[in-house]
Amino acid sequence: MRDWRGSFMTLSVLLYDIQTFLIYKGILAVAVFGITLVVAMYSTYAERKVAAFLQDRIGPNRAGPFGILQPLADGVKMFMKEELIPGTSNKALFIIGPSLAMLTACMTGAVIPWGPSVTIAGEIYPLQITDVNIGILYLFGVVSLGVYGIMIGGWASNNKYSLLGAIRASSQMISYEVAMGISIIALVMCTGTLSLAEIVEQQKGWWNVVIQPVGFLIFLICAFAETNRAPFDLPECETELVGGYHTEYSSMKLGFYLFAEYINMFISSAIISTFYFGGYNMPFVDQLNLDSNVLAILGVVFLFAKIVFFIFLFMWVRWTIPRFRYDQLMNLGWKILIPLSLLNLLVTGVVMMWGEIIKLF
Amino acid sequence: MTLVEKLYLPAIFSGMLITFKHFFKKKVTIQYPEQTREFSKIYRGQHVLKRDEAGAERCTACGLCAVACPAEAITMIAAEREPGEEHLYREEKYAAKYEINMLRCIYCGDCEEACPKEAIFLTDRKVDSLYTRGELVYGKDILVEPVDKRVDVTKRETSKVAEFKAHKEFAHNKTFDKK
Repeated sequence: MRDWRGSFMTLSVLLYDIQTFLIYKGILAVAVFGITLVVAMYSTYAERKVAAFLQDRIGPNRAGPFGILQPLADGVKMFMKEELIPGTSNKALFIIGPSLAMLTACMTGAVIPWGPSVTIAGEIYPLQITDVNIGILYLFGVVSLGVYGIMIGGWASNNKYSLLGAIRASSQMISYEVAMGISIIALVMCTGTLSLAEIVEQQKGWWNVVIQPVGFLIFLICAFAETNRAPFDLPECETELVGGYHTEYSSMKLGFYLFAEYINMFISSAIISTFYFGGYNMPFVDQLNLDSNVLAILGVVFLFAKIVFFIFLFMWVRWTIPRFRYDQLMNLGWKILIPLSLLNLLVTGVVMMWGEIIKLF
Repeated sequence: MTLVEKLYLPAIFSGMLITFKHFFKKKVTIQYPEQTREFSKIYRGQHVLKRDEAGAERCTACGLCAVACPAEAITMIAAEREPGEEHLYREEKYAAKYEINMLRCIYCGDCEEACPKEAIFLTDRKVDSLYTRGELVYGKDILVEPVDKRVDVTKRETSKVAEFKAHKEFAHNKTFDKK
């Protein structure tokens, strides 16, 4: 009888814990989702501003001060546009396409550690929705799913330009995923973990970019290709394919595709910062003897500063470098990046196991 | 190509440096409705039909402007001045109807050169953008300057122009001789 009562007590405590846990994670998930959408929204504004500034123009400045309300105006415009679904299209898939693109874009934010843990009333709250011990694998799985949104949309449009764009997108993303994966394997060999939280914790001293400069370069180039951004924006190459996979799309379904691209850009920037640039870490901050909660907030700020820098880099490159030709794209992917990443993998392995190798001789 | 050139990365970096320099350059945009580009002093814009000092219309409907017009944008119907209308029209004959098709006009200024009565001038005013073609055929209601709101055309009357106007008959004879 006493045992039963005891176990009931622990059960109620457990239930209470689960409740707070769920509420906390729910709030965090909604916050990450909201921040992702807002950042993506303002990326569209930033893109137009950066493009304008790089071309000696001013950019949008009519909606609100400095055009700050431009994304809202764009959103309203997108929603108000007439919704066209081609008569010959596969209607169900036509709708699933952009939804899937948006869904996969939003899913990746779950495993990224946005900051150090916050301690409130003795309880530790990590600023990461879930620290999966196979975080990197999860990321890759979701990123690979992203191609389905484009492929399904292009296929369902029943239009040759859409289909060509979709084929280009899928072959491009599959090609560059190989090099990206191998460059990540080298990183995983160095860190010895697949958990993103641990990777960030390990970068308190040296950032991984110092240990894996070539891997970083490969990863960066592949990230550009994966997000379908210039100079790898062949799937939506206007000069050849009208609009690529979203030729037939209009209204908010088109908006979803465009928006997914900006979310992908944000998430890619976050992943690059996390993998190679210390995530929420900043050198010498630990020596300031700050409160751990202040450090957590500072960490979030540092991470977002890095993310903003990389988003800017994405735009900067887009408005500088012209688009690849398709054979050049494939040559770069298969003949340069994959061998280079394999070499990087080999060198990393040799350096790590140097002591063992010496013993053999 | 050398190995460094084959890598492309140095070229990409130098390209990005160039675009980054442009990031801080002075913007060339002119914010149109608030800011306007400076016009030439003798800009040829919307026409005006001048009145004399007393406020009477100078145009005598001779039709020289319509003849001079290379785009054939000017149409007019002449009428005879009735007694008692001396304060309205300077000469015995006047233009009852005077229309310029602003879509046809090429703003060459030949009409003002042809005019023997100093009645038509091009001004630095811009022609409005309108929705229908009909609206852009300007009649006397728009072209004739209001008595209380005279249009300044002194900019078009530079010393060179004045000199030319003084010996206008020679100019006309020249073109006449060529034909």
